[in-house]
Amino acid sequence: MQETFFFQAMVYLAAAVIMVPIAKKIGLGSVLGYLLAGIIIGPAGLKFIGQEGTDIMHFAEFGVVIMLFVIGLELEPSRLWRLRKSILGTGGLQVGLTAVLVAGLALAFGIDWKQALALGMICSLSSTAIVLQSLNEKGLMKTPAGQSSFAVLLFQDIAVIPMLALFPLLASGEIAPATEGGHHSANVLDSLPTWLQPIITLGSVAAVVITGRYATPYLFRIIARTGMREMFTATALLLVVGIAVLMTTVGLSPALGTFLAGVVLANSEYRHELESDIDPFKGLLLGLFFIAVGASIDFDLVLANPALILGLVFGIMLAKLVVLFFLGRSFSLTRDQNAIFSFGLCQVGEFAFVLFSFSSQEGILSKEITDTMTAVVAISMALTPLVMLVNEKLMLPRLTLTADVVEDRESDLVDEQDSPVIIAGYGHFGSTIGRFLQANNIRTTVLDSNSDNIDRLRRMGYHVHYGDASRHDLLEIAGAAKAKVIVIAIGDEEKRLEMIETIKKHFPELHILVRSTNRYDAYDLMNAGILHIYRETLDTSLRVGIDAMTLLGHRAHEATRAAKMFFMHDERTLKRLSAIRNDDEYYSAVRENQQELSRLIQADRTATTLRVDEGWDEESLIADNGS
Amino acid sequence: MARVLIQFAHPALSKSKVHSSLINYCRNINDVTFNDLYEKYPDMFIDVAAEQKLLLQHDIILFQHPFYWYSSPAIIKQWLDLVLEHNWAYGTRGNALVGKKMGCVISCGGGPDTYQETGRNRYSVNQFLLPFDQTAHLCKMEYLPPFVVHGTHRITKEELMRYAEQYRAILEALVHDQFSALDYQKVTYLNELAPSLLTTK
Repeated sequence: MQETFFFQAMVYLAAAVIMVPIAKKIGLGSVLGYLLAGIIIGPAGLKFIGQEGTDIMHFAEFGVVIMLFVIGLELEPSRLWRLRKSILGTGGLQVGLTAVLVAGLALAFGIDWKQALALGMICSLSSTAIVLQSLNEKGLMKTPAGQSSFAVLLFQDIAVIPMLALFPLLASGEIAPATEGGHHSANVLDSLPTWLQPIITLGSVAAVVITGRYATPYLFRIIARTGMREMFTATALLLVVGIAVLMTTVGLSPALGTFLAGVVLANSEYRHELESDIDPFKGLLLGLFFIAVGASIDFDLVLANPALILGLVFGIMLAKLVVLFFLGRSFSLTRDQNAIFSFGLCQVGEFAFVLFSFSSQEGILSKEITDTMTAVVAISMALTPLVMLVNEKLMLPRLTLTADVVEDRESDLVDEQDSPVIIAGYGHFGSTIGRFLQANNIRTTVLDSNSDNIDRLRRMGYHVHYGDASRHDLLEIAGAAKAKVIVIAIGDEEKRLEMIETIKKHFPELHILVRSTNRYDAYDLMNAGILHIYRETLDTSLRVGIDAMTLLGHRAHEATRAAKMFFMHDERTLKRLSAIRNDDEYYSAVRENQQELSRLIQADRTATTLRVDEGWDEESLIADNGS
Repeated sequence: MARVLIQFAHPALSKSKVHSSLINYCRNINDVTFNDLYEKYPDMFIDVAAEQKLLLQHDIILFQHPFYWYSSPAIIKQWLDLVLEHNWAYGTRGNALVGKKMGCVISCGGGPDTYQETGRNRYSVNQFLLPFDQTAHLCKMEYLPPFVVHGTHRITKEELMRYAEQYRAILEALVHDQFSALDYQKVTYLNELAPSLLTTK
């Protein structure tokens, strides 16, 4: 086997490129795809990578650091301040209760109390990388469940620091400290006097905040002026790496440091630029990290003692689930949100690897325990995307239906039975339609799958139902059998097609009005047999066109009519081209795009439909009278 | 046999009893096409080509509308401005409508007595309709006397019913070519041709 860097890179990239799209296609999500890729190329599979998987994992943990920087960028200080209660409350209780519960279980199995406590603390942590990546991918970050998950994960990241400080006290002396390995060298502070250590630590945090706030915008301005994109990327990376180094030196979590820097920069004008530059690194490093996790699962160990390992995985996840579910309830998450929250966070996280190697160094846990537990943690992480998937497909449908529609909200469904209009999706698009119809005394029933949105709308007195509008039973309850019109205003293209299929099958009488993202999406909708298709940006773009013409000195009325003609012409061409496109299925998407663009322009030039209103044109009349 | 095209215009039909009743009576007559302009062009964006095609398919064109400000609602004017193109409807090469008939079907709030020199409106309905008369002439069409529903503000159900039956009878007679050019010359309103028609039937 070649051990060159390029060969390694090729193996990792190829595994990711093959597995991730497959996993996504069959609905497993990218995280599971990476994990599977890792298992396949790892020691248990094709043996492309061996023990160096763990080293790569430590390198790839930097992906988590970058991820927290990006999350920080998206989180303005004011929002963080609003989250303080759930960070300290939910997060604190989660870590505390889980640690106590797991430690108690370990004690019950006859493990020494010091080791039990260490295990408890380690198991209380969840995987920031897997959970946030999965929630982001499913678009759940903005939901109450997503926010609570984030709060808990943030607290855990902070909690790692006192844990690292606490661990040396748990060393029992019975276990000889491991000499080899050890990725955490003692930090420079240890040689300094005790009174100076907290000052330097606090000083570093202050340095990050002050630098982020006052120095970096200035720095980025200079860099931006060079007009070299890669310099900007390099500076952004330098910032993140620099903070990570500084934080590690003073013994703080690098993830926490970069998160802080991200929050500080969230209000700066370079935020989007930074985000888009850093994002690919984040994605690749996280992917690498997940592959490493998959590869590090020691299947020999698992096969040697399957009952113990699987029992531990199951027991720990269950214990975490119970604590999380209880917390979700006490912090008044709705049932479905609580399910997302507790099933999402019930694994043990990547910090466990760090803490395991640290504790075997310090002689807290024996090698057998750390080896076994490393496998347990890796398996629990690998199971997370699966657990989330099961929750999403099997649990949520039942929960949402019983919790939100049948039990609690039956009363307002009864009088809504005869709303003539159902609106699916109540974001900016759908809500405008809803407000317009309501202003004209037309009753509407609204379905939305964003419970955050729903609570807000309900408080404002709207009749809104939580639920996936592509489900036949939910449509039935919403009165689809009696309604005349259904407006599909959700933003997800695939979901829309799913919905259309359901409606056509079960409620063929219903008029379907569908929002479409662009002309390609409109083609799909036409092929699905939809008559009323509304491209969401078409009307607005034309209004801009009208204003542009008006500002150039054209008469407003003429510009408006020109836009209307263009609109009608465009709708007609769309219909024509949708048919042509089917024959050209083999053309690559790029060529298709270009061809169509030129076709459109050609069609515009020759179209007789775009002529001016000749009835208002006097030229021919004057010519005629003159003769 | 003649095909009749009713170019209907009412911007607030849901509030009009008169036109709703008239429509009920004329909608299902063979060879009468009912073209609801405000419904078809809610933003007044008239499809000129489609309207011209429709004109070519019919022999008699009637504009049915309330008598707003002694004329038609805005969309009829828009329609005339755009559809009757030079060198199509009029002009030396504009012969598309030659020989067709054109007329108005209108409803007025005031009674017949108000539409005379001594009345509140000072001029007769036919005088107010002169632009339509001349439009027909310029397009080489024959202009018909108008069908008028008077006194709509205080109209009773029975009166309205009678008007609607008259309207229907006249439309059927138009389809079956039952009137001669002389008949049109004898009357002020088309309504007057209806009683004889109703009694003979």
